[in-house]
Order: sequence, then C-alpha cells, then structure tokens
Amino acid sequence: MTKNPIMLFIHKTGSPGYFYWLSGKMIPWLWAAFFIFAAWGLYQGLFVAPTDYLQGESYRIIYIHVASAWMSMMIYGIMAVMGFIALVWHIRIAEILMISSAPIGAAFTIIALATGSLWGKPTWGTYWVWDARLTSELVLLFLYLGILGLHAAIEEPRKAARAVALLAIVGIVNLPIIHFSVKWWNTLHQGSTINLAGESTIDISMLVPMLVMAIATKFFYGAVLLSRARVLLLTQDLKKQWAARTIKNPGVKP
Amino acid sequence: MLILNNITLERYYEPVFEPVSAQLGAGETLMVTGTNGCGKTTLIRIIAGLLDASSGKMQIPEQAVAYVGHYLGLKDTLTVRENLQFYARFSTTEGDRDITPELERMQILPLADQPARSLSAGQRKRCALARLLFQPDALWLLDEPYANLDADGLSLVDRLLREHKARGSMAVVVSHNRLVPDDLDIKTLEVRAWSDEQ
Amino acid sequence: MNNSFIALLRRDFLMILRNKSEWLQPLFFLVVVVSLFPLGLGPGPTLLARIAPGVIWIAALLASVLSLDQLFRSDYEDGSLEQLMLGNQSLSLLVFAKLLAHWLTTGLPIIALSPLLAVWLNLPMEAFPTLVKSLILGTPVLTLVGGIGAALTVGLRGGGQLLALLVFPLLVPILIFATMGVSAVAGGMEASAHMGLMFAYLIMSLTLAPFACAAALRISIS
Repeated sequence: MTKNPIMLFIHKTGSPGYFYWLSGKMIPWLWAAFFIFAAWGLYQGLFVAPTDYLQGESYRIIYIHVASAWMSMMIYGIMAVMGFIALVWHIRIAEILMISSAPIGAAFTIIALATGSLWGKPTWGTYWVWDARLTSELVLLFLYLGILGLHAAIEEPRKAARAVALLAIVGIVNLPIIHFSVKWWNTLHQGSTINLAGESTIDISMLVPMLVMAIATKFFYGAVLLSRARVLLLTQDLKKQWAARTIKNPGVKP
Repeated sequence: MLILNNITLERYYEPVFEPVSAQLGAGETLMVTGTNGCGKTTLIRIIAGLLDASSGKMQIPEQAVAYVGHYLGLKDTLTVRENLQFYARFSTTEGDRDITPELERMQILPLADQPARSLSAGQRKRCALARLLFQPDALWLLDEPYANLDADGLSLVDRLLREHKARGSMAVVVSHNRLVPDDLDIKTLEVRAWSDEQ
Repeated sequence: MNNSFIALLRRDFLMILRNKSEWLQPLFFLVVVVSLFPLGLGPGPTLLARIAPGVIWIAALLASVLSLDQLFRSDYEDGSLEQLMLGNQSLSLLVFAKLLAHWLTTGLPIIALSPLLAVWLNLPMEAFPTLVKSLILGTPVLTLVGGIGAALTVGLRGGGQLLALLVFPLLVPILIFATMGVSAVAGGMEASAHMGLMFAYLIMSLTLAPFACAAALRISIS
C-alpha cells in the first residue's frame, strides 16, 4: 500500500461510501461554478459582444452551440476512457460514471444539433444543411443512441455496462475517422460553407464568452454526472452496509 | 489440482450463492449438489471460464476443459459424424482421425449420417457426451450428464467416469436425480443459494 | 491451432451452403433494393448514373448487415459458441474463421453481382473496375465491423435492428470513401486516394475487429 497521496485518493474514491460522501460535497460547488460562469458568459455573449458583420444577431447562438458540441465529443471520450478502465480493471465506479455520462452526452448532442438547426434558418434559409460539423454531430448522436439502446437491451446491469464499454471504445477509435470522412465528403459536395464558429480569425470579444461557456458546460456536466452517479451507486448497493449507514447519517465522512 | 476459494458471483448486484470453496485432485470427482436455481450451472460455467467470478480465487489445472452442459453444442443441419468430426479436429493437433471407434463406443454409429435435428433427446445427449472421448485428459465438467438417457446410456456414463478416474483425470458433475457411482473418489460440494438474512 | 481454424471455416462454410436461403437471401435482397430506385425515382439515365455508386453501396451495406444477425446467433443458441471458447485456441482467430466464412458467402457474391447492378443503374463503364475494387476492399469491412455489432447483440431480442443502429455509424467512413471514389472515376477523375483510405481502413479492421468481436462474444455469453 503506497503512501503516495494520489494513489491513496484514487483508491479511496473506488470505495462507494467515500465516493458518495465526496461527490455530495462537490456537487453544490460545481453548480455554483456553473451558474457563475454561465451567467457571465451568456451576459457577455448575448449583450456585450458585438454584432457579427456577416450574420447579424443570430450568430449569438454559437455561445450555446459550440460549447454543447465540444461537450458532446468530450463526454464520448470520457465514456470511452471510463469504459476502458472498467473493462481492464473491473472498477465499478468507472462503470457507473460511464453509464451516467451517456444520457448527458446525448443531450448535449441534441442541443448542438437543435441550436445548429436554429442558427441555420436565418443564415441559410433552411432548418437543416448537411454541413460537415452538423453531419458529424448527427453521426455522433447515432453513436450515443446505439450506446443507450444497447444498454437498455441487456437486462443484467453489469453485463450491460461491459457491453457498452466495449462499444464506446470501438466508437472512439472510429470517431476521428468519421470526422475526417465527413469533412472530406462535405468539401467535395458543397464547396465552402459559412463556418458556424466563424473563420479562424474570430474576434477576441466573441472568443472569450465562447470559452467561458465552454468552461461553464464542464461544470454543468460535472454536477449532473456526480448527481446521477451517486443515485445509481446508492440504488445498486441498497443492501450493503455503507448504504444503510449513509442513509441513517447523511453527510458524515466514512 | 482444481482449487476454489470463496467464489461468489453477483447478478443484479446480489450474490447468487454463498461463497463456494472446494479442492479437487487427480482422479477425484466433485459432485455438486444444491436446490433448483441455487447456481450450480453458473458455478460450472465459472470453472469452465465462461463467466468471471465476482470475487474469490480459482486455480484451474493446466489441462484443457471439456464441458457438456444443457446446450449440447450440436449443429442441427450437420450429421452426427460431421458434428463429431469437427470436435475431433478441434481437440487434437494430428490431422483427421477416424472417429468410428468413438461412435461405436457411444452406440450411435447407426445414426452417423443422420442430421442432428432428427435425433431424439437421448441420442443427442450421447452425441454430446462423445466429445468427452476426444479429451481424455481434460477436466470434465458435466451438467446433468444422465438426463434424457436410457438405462444403457446411464451405465455408459458411469463407465466413462470410472475410466476417467482410472486415468487420474478430474471431473465435476452436477446431477440431481442420479448419483455418480460409489467407487469413484467422490468429493461433494453443496451450493447454497444466497439468502438475505446475513 | 491452425487445425481448429480450418475445421471451423470448413464447418461454417458447409452449413451456410447447405442452408441455401441463408446465403441467397441477402443477394435477392440486394437485387430487389437496387431495382426499387429506378422504380421510385424514374428511369432517367442521367439521374440513375449519378446515384448509382451510392445506391449500390447502400444496398450492399444493408444486405450484408442484415445477414450478420445470423452470424453468431445459431451458435449462441445451441451451445456451439461456448465450446469454441473453452479451448486453448485464440478466440480471435476462431472468430476470424467465422467472419471469413461470412464474407466468402455474402461479400464475394455481392462483388460478383455488382457489374449487373452497375449496368442497371447506368454507371459509366470506366467506373466499373473502381466499383468492384471498392467492394473488394469494403465488403470485408462490412463483415468485420458488422461482426462486432453482431457479437454484442447476439441473444438480445430485437437484435437485428439494434445491430443496424450500432453498426451503421461505424460504417459511414467506408460508405463515403467508396461512393466518392466511384463517383470520381465516373466523372473522369482519379480515385487512388479513396482506394488508399479504404485499404488502410481494411487493414485496421483486419487487425482490430477480431479481437473486439471476441471480447464482445465473451461479454455476451456471460
């Protein structure tokens, strides 16, 4: 048993009681951080940042769209990593975090698609265009739906988690290839499309709120993820000792 | 040597049976007993390596494993001969061998060129058990080997087990209605379903 | 080890050939689906020529994936799959034998039929070799990647549709590279980049998919 504090921490969070207590402590802070960043980011993005010379006011949806799209991809990556840890080392917390992340990632993907579509109407005149980014997001949504579908179809929960872990790993290996192929497909079929996130020379006054929103969504993800994970953990371990103790004395460090 | 040390398996976050421990040495036969649904088949599958135990340690012998379970592993569209020829090729490294002796042994030679789907349950059981003849040194895992067999079939299984012991090989047997012959080196293991009053 | 690989390949091949509907059905499906397009879109030769690469490839994809559901299912149901896992042989190698048998009986016939389909859809003759090449490089990938989906969904109710949902997103790159390549040649341009990418993807699938399949089967059987 090593005295390295990092290893000790990892080992401790593997224990359900400790994870439950620690995540309970973290969640309010995560929500607070989310509200602060989101408030500032949305204020800057919706009211302070200048009007885009090309797209007018409608471009402002990128403050939600881009952050959501980034989250949808990051969460899939996290799922794949958690899946790998769960399959190789059989760590249950990794399984729980992976499963709890899936619906959140799917939701972000849907938000990215919906905001992208809403942005499309004033800009292109239609609600949907097979632009490279949107098409990639759509395929990513299908990957998420596959994960949710597979998980729902398998009855035994730990077997379902293992199957999903494998699928997530297979998906993450393919994801860069899918992105690349869709981008290639798009350039050949459509010519240049207005890049939703703006040209590479995006003005700093627009860039900052976008990054702030990106950070805000990470806190959102953290808060929701830990909330779901705790509930899942407690439900699974209802008959175990740590659960009984926690229910009797919530908030007490184990 | 087969060693099971506090093996548990969880399904739906609950243990299926109470921790199981056993030891089996050369020439010994492990009789696994327990009520319906207590997890005997699951335990055999853990020993076979098809399932991972949730906790506990298991040491399996270095020999291969031969498993005859509820699902017999016979392809309906292939004949008896083709089915068993496949398993013979599968278990050995020598080229094709003539499996007529094994077919005779199990008394299924007349059926050799019939498709497996046209066989009765007892005949299919004999075909599945014939696999054991290709793996004489393996750890035999038999889940209800006597089921569906007529009197000749029952004594055939007894003979197979006796020869297995004589070779110094190990076997694990789950059998509800019929016990293995007394002259084997028998160890018993009772699997108890998990109950919540712990 | 080689022994078991060949034994399994022979056995599966024999079983598929014996069950004629198992390997003929995907081909009938392919032919019927392709013929639906002129019926649905009108027989105008220019339109058909333009959509030909996509239609043929999508039909091949559907035909291949639909036949994958059976790949592991009967072995799972009668207990043969477990027997493959018991031995000392590498499960990945054995899985590869099954995938190979599937491709030989599904992918190869699709490749053989493709010129006929290309004629039906008025694909320019210059593009025929590229079409066939894309199918030679791509149909194995359909089997390999589809096999992972089949392994994950074996034994599940609603397996076929779930299998399609799992597998289609993963096959998007192959579909894009293949159809773009054939269209390029039909338009008088080159497709070496497309074929190169398909070849790379094929190599990647050949090395990784059998392992993923084997891992998925272990999970499904547990």
